[in-house]
Amino acid sequence: MTSLTALALLPLLGALFIGIIPSAKVDLIKKFALGTTVVVAMYAIYMATQFKSSNVALQFVEKHEWIPAFGINYSVGVNGIALVLIVMSVILTPIVVLAGWHESEGGRWSAKVFYVLILVLETMMIGVFAATDIFLFYVIFEAMLIPVYFLIGGYGSGERAAAAVKFLIYSLFGGLLMLASIIGIYVNSNKLGVKSFDITVISELHNYISPMTQNLLFLGFFIAFAIKAPLWPLHTWLPDAAKAGTPGTSVLLLGVLDKVGTFGMINFCIALFPEASKTFTPVIITLSVISILYGAFLAIGARDLKRLIAYTSISHFGFITMGIFAMTSQGLSGATLYMFNHGFSTAALFIVGGWMIARRGSSTIADFGGLQRITPVMAWMFFLAGMSSLALPGLSSFVSEFLVLVGTYTRYPVAAIIATFGIVLAALYILIPVQKALHGPTTPGNESLKDLNLREKIAIAPVMAAIVAFGIYPSPLLNIINPATAQVIESAGFTDPAPTENVGK
Amino acid sequence: MQFTSPVLDYALLAPMLIILGGAIIGVLIEAFLSSVYRLQAQLFISVMAIITSLLSLVLVRDRLSVTAAMKTITFDGAGVLLQGSILIIALLSIFLIADQTNFTAAAATVPGSAQEREAVQAQSRTTEVFPLTLFAVAGMMLFTVATDLITLFVALEVLSLPLYLMAGLARNRRLASQEAALKYFLLGAFASAFFIFGASFIYGYSSSLTYSGIQAAVVGGAGNDVFLLLGMALISVGLLFKIGAFPFHAWTPDVYQGSPTAITAFMAAATKVAAFGAILRLFYVVFANAEWEWKPAAVVIAIATMVFGSLVAITQRDVKRMLAYSSIAHAGFLLSGVIALNKAGLDASIFYLLSYGIATVGAFAIVTIIRDSSGEVTDLNRWSGLGKRSPVVASTFAFFLLAFAGIPLTSGFIGKFSIFSAAYESGSLAILIAGVLSSAIAAFFYIRVIVLMFFKDPVEDGTSVVLPSALTTIAITIAAVVTLVLGVFPAPVLNFIESTATFIR
Repeated sequence: MTSLTALALLPLLGALFIGIIPSAKVDLIKKFALGTTVVVAMYAIYMATQFKSSNVALQFVEKHEWIPAFGINYSVGVNGIALVLIVMSVILTPIVVLAGWHESEGGRWSAKVFYVLILVLETMMIGVFAATDIFLFYVIFEAMLIPVYFLIGGYGSGERAAAAVKFLIYSLFGGLLMLASIIGIYVNSNKLGVKSFDITVISELHNYISPMTQNLLFLGFFIAFAIKAPLWPLHTWLPDAAKAGTPGTSVLLLGVLDKVGTFGMINFCIALFPEASKTFTPVIITLSVISILYGAFLAIGARDLKRLIAYTSISHFGFITMGIFAMTSQGLSGATLYMFNHGFSTAALFIVGGWMIARRGSSTIADFGGLQRITPVMAWMFFLAGMSSLALPGLSSFVSEFLVLVGTYTRYPVAAIIATFGIVLAALYILIPVQKALHGPTTPGNESLKDLNLREKIAIAPVMAAIVAFGIYPSPLLNIINPATAQVIESAGFTDPAPTENVGK
Repeated sequence: MQFTSPVLDYALLAPMLIILGGAIIGVLIEAFLSSVYRLQAQLFISVMAIITSLLSLVLVRDRLSVTAAMKTITFDGAGVLLQGSILIIALLSIFLIADQTNFTAAAATVPGSAQEREAVQAQSRTTEVFPLTLFAVAGMMLFTVATDLITLFVALEVLSLPLYLMAGLARNRRLASQEAALKYFLLGAFASAFFIFGASFIYGYSSSLTYSGIQAAVVGGAGNDVFLLLGMALISVGLLFKIGAFPFHAWTPDVYQGSPTAITAFMAAATKVAAFGAILRLFYVVFANAEWEWKPAAVVIAIATMVFGSLVAITQRDVKRMLAYSSIAHAGFLLSGVIALNKAGLDASIFYLLSYGIATVGAFAIVTIIRDSSGEVTDLNRWSGLGKRSPVVASTFAFFLLAFAGIPLTSGFIGKFSIFSAAYESGSLAILIAGVLSSAIAAFFYIRVIVLMFFKDPVEDGTSVVLPSALTTIAITIAAVVTLVLGVFPAPVLNFIESTATFIR
């Protein structure tokens, strides 16, 4: 029995159950939330084993009429790209719940509300990647802002309300631009002779509309996704939101929600408007390279641990968008793999960083120091997470970063070369905090910090395992991703450039 | 079109006659029944009149006729839908009006006088508001189906005069309430004068006051176009005043703020349906062939209205004023349905009117239950932390605000999508872009209220949520459920509107 609807509804069901548990039974609520998310993760992994990677068509397809007056259907299905992202999302959710066991305490509202929001968000995360009807995608894309908004504003720290509002306003603005494009698609779909929002039907639309219209429709989508991803210069909401949110919220925000932006670029921008994508590619590649370097420089200068992680993500998202818009199958595969791996390496950084911050009571990097001696396990975990973030060979991020650079080089060698400096800068922005926080003399106030307990070790273990395992052996993922990305590139009318160096003659 | 003998088709007029009958019974109750039983009797009569009227409307819904009352009333699908919407909104409003604590004890007394104190001590009730409401409802129903400028004018006065009175009935801040009533009356009288002035120009142009006669003259094009333009412009002024479109909006905030909140709810929701019903009929039927004359001006007014309403709403500190400016912005959105001038635009407008009207009643209903010892609290700063004190009420209000903002899974989103797509379908790219941008601005101030309620700490000044009366609870619940259902499963209603909504000539 494999059904995306059932998978997506499971967390919602869990949320309803939590709704009837009395708020005072906090422990029961937490255990129930954890149990639900674990079941969802196992179900998703089971579904992934049933996925036929040789088949490039959408799988696990379901379709029901929703609003026939506008030709809107409830239709879901996944290709390799969406499947990988769903699996990543549902694995990260229980980890977030377990790692941030006490995150829900001290919020504005009860722990119950926290876990209801998390589970509702999980339903939407599955739905947003599974939707194959553009309207359905949009509905979930917008609706998922609401739980995140309350998670940041209700349970975060510092300027949480302001950060939540900034996040929401940016996202709503992008979403409304996308709405304009969706209305444009709806009205122009008359030219296809059917009223439809089905993504496979609309992928023919670009043959029927003028280049000008196509460019405008593309921009509506792209700006929304670029805000979400986030791409320079639309990124300014991210550091604030990531700093204000709880570590768990930030993992879901950067690890999963931002991926909706890059996923949308592949699934909507390129698939629906290939010519417009081609037109804007030089601009987007340039913005990506700027993001890579800009994010890296800001990360080097960051004094706050959470902001630092947010800036590294801006740099990483630059790599992802560059890989996507290089329009080569290697670049796209690399970008997709990057999305998956970035989910885990950011999760590792935020979770371990969150523990450090919770123990020390401060998120300023300078307040840490000598953790390697006091809390060796935690320090090693942070080190490993950092290594994954700077894409050390042997860890999973390396594979994806390498693929992105190779894929980009074949079409945009200059961009690829400049982007490579991002790797050097990555070494700096990771090694500086590692040196400041983990090594050196013990900063006063750190002497009695406790090392990781069993729960925390169990929570971080799968993340580290994924980082190492997929670094050594990425083929299971690539086998799922490659056919899908090749199909996206092919149906958009691109071909991989032939190799110019005649090696091995 | 063939001539028929001057008879009245009572079956088709029954919905309106029943309401008028109920109103007259209400007047008799005021005159003859002991004040002890008046409230119950009035409430019973009003509810029965509205429900009977709704049933009789359902019975005759399929009978189309242009001769219901000697060509001065046309009974068609669009008319049925609009009348039905008005009745539903009126029913919900009556539930709010039944909570008499917001009405002055004796409207005729001078504020602060001895007579007023006596009336308060005698616990007098303002039960005359029920027949007044029913008269207004009858006028509104007639307004949507009138097809003769004199009948339209009579309907305009029948709906307006009771509203002027009702605006002055607030219990607290009676001077402000009376000022609102006077302002509404004076500006309304001006608008009526403009309207009748315009009607006389139209008569000069077409030598006819019936819609069919005017339309024939417009199609024939033989008349003096200056008269047509002047007539259209002046009639529009009268109608745009009623919907509160820029630059005829100046009364809206003061009147919304000063009136008893239950009346504001009724006025904001039902008057909009009635006035837009008349506007749609006039421009879709009578002036459709002169679209090149009025469309450019209408586009400018629509854009100005939505942008102005959204921008000014940001600075408001009073919840009723904020909702007033938001209603101005919504009037702008609704005007895009008029500009669309196609079947989709008509369907979208009717859906929008119904869904917005119901959400508006719900939102104002919540305003009526946020009180301190001296009455309703409308100062937004004192709403701080409402989410902490009464999460259910605050969440429901937030839900209505999200519906106004057009967030998916609320009726507001479906309404916005359908009305903007209809406008764009007719070629108004400017409307689409302006609509989307002002939606983004509008989202900002709705979110600000949500921030206040949920992310700010409560103020300790006695502001609290009173236990709403059973009828108010019912009204809020119905409004919330309808707003949700129309957002999630709008298909049945959309299909019904699509198959029913037609204007016959």
